[in-house]
Amino acid sequence: MRVDHDNPPPNPPNQASAVKKTYTRPLDIRHGRIDMGHGAGGKAAAQLIEELFLPALDNPFLRQGDDGAALPLPVFPEGPGQLVMATDGHVVSPIFFPGGDLGCLAVHGTVNDVVMMGAKPLYLSASFIIEEGYPLVDLQRIVQSMGVAAREAGVPVVTGDTKVVEQGKGDGVFISTTGVGLLPPGVSVSGRNARPGDVILVSGTIGDHGVAVLSQRESLAFETTIESDTAALHTLVADLMAAAPGAVRVLRDPTRGGLATTLNEIARQSGVGMRLQEAAIPVKPQVDAACELLGLDPLYVANEGKLIAIVAPEAAEAALAALRAHPLGAGAARIGEVTTDPHHFVQMDTRFGGRRVVDWLSGEQLPRIC
Amino acid sequence: MKYIDEFRDGALAKHIAERIAAEVKPDHHYRFMEFCGGHTHAISRYGVLELLPPNVRMIHGPGCPVCVLPIGRVDLAIELALQHDVILCTYGDTLRVPASGGLSLTKAKARGGDIRMVYSAGDALQMARDNPEKQVVFFAIGFETTTPPTALVIRDAAREGLKNFSVMCSHVLTPPAIRAILDGGRPSAGPPPAGSAPSGGSDPCEAGERGGHGSHETAEIEGFVGPAHVSVVIGSDPYAKFAQEYQKPVVIAGFEPLDVLQAILMLVRQVNEGRAEVENEFTRAVTPHGNLNAQAVMDDVFELREAFEWRGLGTMPHSALQIREKYREYDAEARFNLGYRSVPDNKACECGAILRGVKEPRDCKIFGTVCTPENPIGSCMVSSEGACAAHYTYGRFRDIPVVAATEGAEA
Repeated sequence: MRVDHDNPPPNPPNQASAVKKTYTRPLDIRHGRIDMGHGAGGKAAAQLIEELFLPALDNPFLRQGDDGAALPLPVFPEGPGQLVMATDGHVVSPIFFPGGDLGCLAVHGTVNDVVMMGAKPLYLSASFIIEEGYPLVDLQRIVQSMGVAAREAGVPVVTGDTKVVEQGKGDGVFISTTGVGLLPPGVSVSGRNARPGDVILVSGTIGDHGVAVLSQRESLAFETTIESDTAALHTLVADLMAAAPGAVRVLRDPTRGGLATTLNEIARQSGVGMRLQEAAIPVKPQVDAACELLGLDPLYVANEGKLIAIVAPEAAEAALAALRAHPLGAGAARIGEVTTDPHHFVQMDTRFGGRRVVDWLSGEQLPRIC
Repeated sequence: MKYIDEFRDGALAKHIAERIAAEVKPDHHYRFMEFCGGHTHAISRYGVLELLPPNVRMIHGPGCPVCVLPIGRVDLAIELALQHDVILCTYGDTLRVPASGGLSLTKAKARGGDIRMVYSAGDALQMARDNPEKQVVFFAIGFETTTPPTALVIRDAAREGLKNFSVMCSHVLTPPAIRAILDGGRPSAGPPPAGSAPSGGSDPCEAGERGGHGSHETAEIEGFVGPAHVSVVIGSDPYAKFAQEYQKPVVIAGFEPLDVLQAILMLVRQVNEGRAEVENEFTRAVTPHGNLNAQAVMDDVFELREAFEWRGLGTMPHSALQIREKYREYDAEARFNLGYRSVPDNKACECGAILRGVKEPRDCKIFGTVCTPENPIGSCMVSSEGACAAHYTYGRFRDIPVVAATEGAEA
């Protein structure tokens, strides 16, 4: 995020000079809208950054105002770790939904991707694509929410970019974020690590985020008390890893495609099968009811604050207890086991007493959910 | 969920399953067809087959609206969207039905067609009110369940004098399809219909127009799980004729898994006792005469079509509805001067035989290899209510060693 140094801060040191201080009328955030000039890299862009982005996201790295950010790299006493990097585009519609908005989602989504590698998240970058005509007051709300989420996660947004596209060429605001983190030596968490006999845990109720977003869609607009579960999961993962050292084989956040698709990804990556118990999978009754009404299956509905942990059987109890002891994992449950299966089927014993495949999501169930 | 969980109760299911197991004659092979896609989906999603004895086989019938939608109709919808610059509204399942030239409505949308998914016919009408400068067409599909709402929006549009709304009516009727199944897929071979049923007379000319499937024999079916929501509209009376003429029991059942299991038990009992009656398991919603208001509004707006092509079943006379002359202004086929052209299915596709119960999905060469829910070739793979998609999505672990086509299915 480049700060225009031709346009000095409002209160420069007093100097006796005949040259008049440049004066820029402050942004009218309440009534103003994004215009093409805000993306042109000139004074308008610099002012937008200085008055809207910087106060919300403030940190020393961003304030350096360079093209990129030079960042200190922590070292582990055990030796050098590995750098972990993850990137995620966010296009959720509507931008504001019960329990969150695009801004905090853009932080949580990428932080969680880094965390699911077993890494400690360190820094974020953010790239904004804003549609001409977008109200500044809404943009400020998004960026402030992003700032709050970044501070809560302890992961500052250290560099960024802003582009503006003509009206009709975007849909409000899109945010891409990239996160870097550091993986401690000796930690190996990967979708390839699941072994037959391992236990599958989920950190709480599934489908909350998707249903919360859906409830605000213009074409549906139903009333619900469901809020998105969007949250950064780094402390939950830290507690889990401490409680079951070396026993956590796979971590993954079941976002798009939901629990079902994520488990299928892992089954294929690891070359195993899975057997789930439907009765053990936690779903809020309101989510269940909304899905029933809309013909959706909660197993395929997106989450933004839940994780799947596949752990060695001997550590399952300790891992489950650690999840449940954390506020973000209070509803954690053991939902099934990893099996040997050359076809890599995820199967489920239904509550009804039958058995079925839980397949990949096919087609699009809910577009633009995150 | 109150009033839903009760119908998915595992303990009760176990109890009914035990009754079925106790009552079936061990040396008899029971073959029942669940007509509706809703039942197919319930059976697959809840694993109902696991609870049945091996000598009770369920055949998945043609009651899946998008599965019986012929390529030619989808081609017309695509033509409307791409060449007539309309806003085309339709139900979500319809968007992925494969059409000619590797297209579907989803792919036509990517080529610039203004195609929108709606949850109800009312949403489509609202779209027309909101976009007065555009022609809005509702591509209406479905059996008797979705027909009354289409009739209502046509009436509302007429009342409001809307000039930019029309309907491409592809509504089909359940009784003629059941009759076709019983007649072995030959619409002209059955006994003449008694009374005024919309099931049509015999027309030998139709035989030549049917789709490209060689065989039209039908599996020997001993009884039907009758439609749930369709029967709410048309009532249970229309089935009495089949039961009597063909000596086949029909048990109308709700769409919850316990409903289906209970209906199967009732069918087993009818077969064992040599009865062929219409029984109603779904008494909480279905009456003998059905919803008379809905029937009246349908009758006001629609009339029988001379003939309509069904995917898998061929062209059947008087098996579908068209918009009456007095509402001609709202008939998209008239407004845009659309001419129907029949397109044969992919030769390797066995949807026709599967819809008639002659083959099972695993008997099809392209099932699970070329034809998957991601890349449906035949219509049975499009909707989760279709026989192939339901089996692929929920039940294919039973087919091992059928190869799961997950390679390349990666998102």
